[in-house]
Amino acid sequence: MRNPHRTQNIAFFFLLVTTLLIVVPVGLIVVIIIQKGLPAINWQFLSDVPRQGMRAGGIFPAIIGTVYLVSGAIIFALPIGLLAAIYLSEYSKDNPLNRIIKLAIVNLAGVPSVVYGLFGLALFVIFFKFGASILSGSLTLGIMILPIIITTSREALESVPQSFREVSLSLGASKWQTIRHIVLPNAVPGILTGTILGLGRAAGETAPILFTVAAFYLPQLPKSIFDQAMALPYHLYVISTQVPNVDEKIRYGTAFVLLALVLFMNLIAIIIRTKFRKKKKW
Amino acid sequence: MGKIITKNLNLWYGDFRALKNVNSVFNANKITAIIGPSGCGKSTLLRVFNRMNDLIEGVKMDGEVLVEGKNILNPGTDLVSLRKKVGMVFQRPNPFPLSIYENVIFGEKIHGDSVKKDKLHNIVEESLKSVLLWDELKNRLNESAMRLSLEQKQRLCIARLIAVKSDVLLMDEPCSTLDPQSTSRIEELMRELKNSYTIIIVTHNMQQAARVSDDTGFMLLGELVEFRNTHEIFTAPRDKRTEDYITGRYG
Repeated sequence: MRNPHRTQNIAFFFLLVTTLLIVVPVGLIVVIIIQKGLPAINWQFLSDVPRQGMRAGGIFPAIIGTVYLVSGAIIFALPIGLLAAIYLSEYSKDNPLNRIIKLAIVNLAGVPSVVYGLFGLALFVIFFKFGASILSGSLTLGIMILPIIITTSREALESVPQSFREVSLSLGASKWQTIRHIVLPNAVPGILTGTILGLGRAAGETAPILFTVAAFYLPQLPKSIFDQAMALPYHLYVISTQVPNVDEKIRYGTAFVLLALVLFMNLIAIIIRTKFRKKKKW
Repeated sequence: MGKIITKNLNLWYGDFRALKNVNSVFNANKITAIIGPSGCGKSTLLRVFNRMNDLIEGVKMDGEVLVEGKNILNPGTDLVSLRKKVGMVFQRPNPFPLSIYENVIFGEKIHGDSVKKDKLHNIVEESLKSVLLWDELKNRLNESAMRLSLEQKQRLCIARLIAVKSDVLLMDEPCSTLDPQSTSRIEELMRELKNSYTIIIVTHNMQQAARVSDDTGFMLLGELVEFRNTHEIFTAPRDKRTEDYITGRYG
């Protein structure tokens, strides 16, 4: 006999278990990294260059390198991505070609990052002769996060109710004024979400910077965008696998800093988003 | 001479002919109602007057639509000034998710260049006064328009048009989401506004047409079957189809 209460309880149980399956590992990772990484964090670790073959000293150049790379990627990808999203959602007609373009962009987000790395190597490092440099690395990361930014921005723009556009046009606003005053402001939270996702990914990826910018060991700060730089994910990879006898504390400390950096960037974006939400009064 | 005149107006959505040889004259300072069953083309006709049909792909029109003597179907028509002149109130009240104040000055913000603050304030006050919202809302101008009641929202949408100094108000079933009391208050407002505006209202509600309008047009399957003085059309319809619809044998 069917018992709706029992079915309900079973369904609830499985939903809860699957949720826990997701939450618990993530939680554990964060807890372990904090537990093992936090003791390594001190002023010297954050502000000094690596010493004794990266077995001592700090990770300052890697932090700075990652900040530069992520900023560069966003400066490059956000304007281009946003403008492309505006074109795709507001101006392009709904025909098979444009649908294929949209689908292709969504799929680009799933391309393995090492492919972007090789692409960056071929195009920026070799063809444009930027060499292994912050410029090449930023552009490669930027290209990698473009699909994320375009797709989420486009979804954010498309989720703005059609009626707002109609009213605005019916009041004599031009198409651009409508986008500028009505559509964009209402899409900002969604666009920021896409940017956050892109940021997090750009900060954490190793493969795209491997060939285009990352220095194995460079105990000084980059002086221009044509210099190589260290970066946190690559540094973590190096001290975990390439250099023997690195203290566990340093490795977890590096992971902790990377995690904290990404969380910090997310936090800023969340604050901006909440501010916009409040202003929206919706 | 009419404010808006249509001559042999035809409109197609792709292959579907939605308006068939519509000839009509809409007079200034009058309320004209367009009635008819769903899908008869009454909203389509309304949306010809501010060229909102342009937003739909595959729309073709021929014939003439004269607004103050100028054919607005001409390719060179300035849509911005047309839509400023011919404003639209939609079925669902649709203020922007902005403050009450910002909603009213939206038109001024996009049309005007560097307007002074006190002038803007005057526009807000005047516009809200003409829709009888000023007393209720004068202390809440910075609140979100989304928190207003439906009736207040619809009034605000009308105020937003008054602020851009429209001459013609197109109303597409403006009361269909409102309760009877709100409806009668909006109708009251329409009667007041007709002294300064040309109002064209599309409505499902025949009683509403009979109550507020001076002229009435009855549409069926894209055709303007009968278009005359409201009193006459409701008491002595000349066309059999009009009579059937009005007496409830239709739709």
